[in-house]
Amino acid sequence: MSRPKTSLYTTSARTKKRNAAERRFRAYGLFAVGLAMAALAMLLTSIFSSGSGAFQQTYITLDVELPEAKLDKSGTRDMAVMKKVSTFGYAPLITKALMAKLEEMGIETPLKKKQIGALVSKAAPAKLRDFVLANPDVIGTTQRFEFLASGRIDGYMKGRVTHESAERDGKISPEQLDLVDALVADGAIVKRFNWAFFTSPDASGQRPESAGLGVAILGSLYMMLVVLVLALPIGVGASIYLEEFAPKNRWTDIIEVNISNLAAVPSIVFGILGLTIFINFAGLPQSAPIVGGLVLTLMTLPTIVISTRAALKAVPPSIREAALGIGASKMQTVFHHVLPLAAPGILTGTIIGMARALGETAPLLLIGMVAFVKEFPAAPLEGLFDPASALPVQVYNWTQRADPGFVERASGAIITLLLFLVIMNVAAVLLRRRFERRW
Amino acid sequence: MSAFSILILLFALAAIGYVLGRGRAMKSAGGSIRALHSLPHYYGWNVALFTLVPALALLALWLVVQPAWIDAQVAKTLPQGALDDGAYSLMISDVRRLADGLDRAVAKGAIAPDVANSISGDIRAQLGAAGVALGAEVKPEVLIAAQEMRRLGQVGDMWRSVAVVALAVLGLLFGLRMINRDFRARNTVERAVLALLIGAALIAILTTLGIVLSMLFETRHFFAQYPAFDFFFSTKWAPNFRGGSDLGILPLLWGTLYISFIALLVAVPIGLFAAIYMSEYAGPKARTFIKPLIEVLAGIPTIVYGLFALLTVGPLLRDYFAQPMGLGESASSVMTAGLVMGVMLIPFVSSLSDDIINAVPQAMRDGSLALGSTHSETIRKVVLPAALPGVVGAILLAASRAIGETMIVVMGAGAAAKMDLNPFEAMTTVTVKIVSQLTGDTDFAAPETLVAFALGLTLFVITLGLNVVALVIVRKYREQYE
Repeated sequence: MSRPKTSLYTTSARTKKRNAAERRFRAYGLFAVGLAMAALAMLLTSIFSSGSGAFQQTYITLDVELPEAKLDKSGTRDMAVMKKVSTFGYAPLITKALMAKLEEMGIETPLKKKQIGALVSKAAPAKLRDFVLANPDVIGTTQRFEFLASGRIDGYMKGRVTHESAERDGKISPEQLDLVDALVADGAIVKRFNWAFFTSPDASGQRPESAGLGVAILGSLYMMLVVLVLALPIGVGASIYLEEFAPKNRWTDIIEVNISNLAAVPSIVFGILGLTIFINFAGLPQSAPIVGGLVLTLMTLPTIVISTRAALKAVPPSIREAALGIGASKMQTVFHHVLPLAAPGILTGTIIGMARALGETAPLLLIGMVAFVKEFPAAPLEGLFDPASALPVQVYNWTQRADPGFVERASGAIITLLLFLVIMNVAAVLLRRRFERRW
Repeated sequence: MSAFSILILLFALAAIGYVLGRGRAMKSAGGSIRALHSLPHYYGWNVALFTLVPALALLALWLVVQPAWIDAQVAKTLPQGALDDGAYSLMISDVRRLADGLDRAVAKGAIAPDVANSISGDIRAQLGAAGVALGAEVKPEVLIAAQEMRRLGQVGDMWRSVAVVALAVLGLLFGLRMINRDFRARNTVERAVLALLIGAALIAILTTLGIVLSMLFETRHFFAQYPAFDFFFSTKWAPNFRGGSDLGILPLLWGTLYISFIALLVAVPIGLFAAIYMSEYAGPKARTFIKPLIEVLAGIPTIVYGLFALLTVGPLLRDYFAQPMGLGESASSVMTAGLVMGVMLIPFVSSLSDDIINAVPQAMRDGSLALGSTHSETIRKVVLPAALPGVVGAILLAASRAIGETMIVVMGAGAAAKMDLNPFEAMTTVTVKIVSQLTGDTDFAAPETLVAFALGLTLFVITLGLNVVALVIVRKYREQYE
């Protein structure tokens, strides 16, 4: 019988193998965590790098002459006559102003009039017309205006468009970009923070430079309002009943199973529900924040119910017993003692549920919120029934458009959305930290 | 009076009732709270409830019944006989549109309120001049019906205001009369509150019922126009709004399952290993840092993942994998959507698995370690087998998420319905087709639109089945160690 000689002082081959396997296994775990982090980092970098441009906007400053002969043929400032001049009547004025500017700077260019005019956004004539109609006195004078530069010029200022890409682009030429360089040197073209991105409404597919999130932010806000007003009381009421009053029987079992299943129903199915019940059956208007809010309420309810029940459960029975002991009724016990103690947990759950609702897109597509909405909805309650957009839907909308300027806008909108989510989640965490109690 | 102003009036009445009820209770007790059965505000609430509840119920009933009754009355004025169902409903909607147009014209002040119901002649031109656009030519019988509808509506609205407010006042008086010092106001109020709470809990059931019924109803319409056998077993998806569509679900299901499979292939190993690392290896410090970061992935809206797929992952896969290998030219592909969805699912797998691994009793680990096995051997041979049912449940839950996911596939997978094995080919899913059939101009009588409901119902049944199985497994497993 010869057994292999082993010693406690040297590790055997088998142990080495087992230890190596141990290290490998641990490395796999670390690698998996690393992969998840890398994916998160890549996701955020990709969105931020393509979207940060949306927060900057290129403007072009011009002195525009406003001749009476063109803008007010009657000479009496009669609105009816002035309104007959459409934006097509205003566009040449801007082009003329730009050419005058170039002449003043002493720049010779082989470009045609139309190509020079293309430096300024297609939204500019409308802005000029609105200004003139609002202030008829300015006719006959020369005024200084700051117009949006066109989408391609904006892209050039942000590095998205280059001389090489302009060669292949039908909408812009390298010569135009040379002009832009000269105007930048002169200070007529500047790039600065884009407040209009948050306040102005969506714009048509031709003018990404003037598209903004105003209507979408307002629409999302309205929907969150509806969710808060409906989901919080209903969710809390349902949880109180299930946690404090419900007898243990088949009915309450069905309700409980139901709620946990609702939490896992695909969001698109809620969209179908909204379309058939709220729009086709109840006759509520399409694209209205009220419908979106109702759908999101139903989606948020399970989240709120689950977190509220956890918060109620965390209140120790001794509190209830003490209240009952000094003669409070069951209802008084719950509303005067248990509910206030559970409030921080409930609020945290509500905020997290609303953050999830804010980012939800699919159900909103089905209830018509993809429609192009340029008008701001009125103030609530009326405004809840006006057509509006929503932040995530606006993102989807912009990704469906051809102009590359919209990709930047979509990413910028995502950053805005993520910012709102971060604020809400941080608020939830702080709330929990500040008010969390352990018994 | 509009329903909204009635509502405000009712609340004002209830507030008055509250004050009166409270005062009366105090008076009946001679100003001493101790002589009362309940606290004074319960008496106030009691009267407010008596004012509000019956009146609100009547208002709700009226809002539901009146339009149906008016439709029935108006239908009598329309010429009988030649109208079949379709033409009839078209005509009724014409009538409604015209009545609505008249309302708006009156609201704008273009037509005097007292003339609107007797106006005749070319109504379309008159409304057009007032800025209210009507679609087609207005037939005289439609105009008469619309005016009848408005007249009945005005009469109904007037009676509604009278009846509801009268009932509220009656309720208020009745509530006040009941009050005396021995009246058990708290018990009544608490019963009402309990009823409210039960109502809130029932909304969950109503939602499920709404989902199932709405889809069942429309799906039945669909199967009346399109054979169910073809829907479930045809391998061709080619909707055509001029008729003669092929609406087979199989290519869509194939795309859905293929993408979900790839997503799980990404999410399950990463999620599981991350969970093992977090629960077995990482110290408490690393854990508090890693766990929230991974859960951030679950908090990111799916539209963000969709954009990520569209902007970054899709072009990347096309330029570096698909084109060099000659597998395809499309940026949107099964692989794109699958990979991105996999990232999204990591936290679903990892958090649940983490919980489940943590629930395995420490004694089992200690026993295994005491026998001399290494940490990884303990995990592989003791902890994981013990946690297996729970982990399977977590994977099933993730699968149900993957199947129901919409935005990532809408933006990343493409729209072409085909059954192919090449993962770099664009394919489509059930959810994508639900979106595309139900957005834009939809005709709720055409099978091409109605098919979306059948797809939705199929999706609902599949995900519900997966969830129920997963929940049962997880619950069973949890009980095992409690």
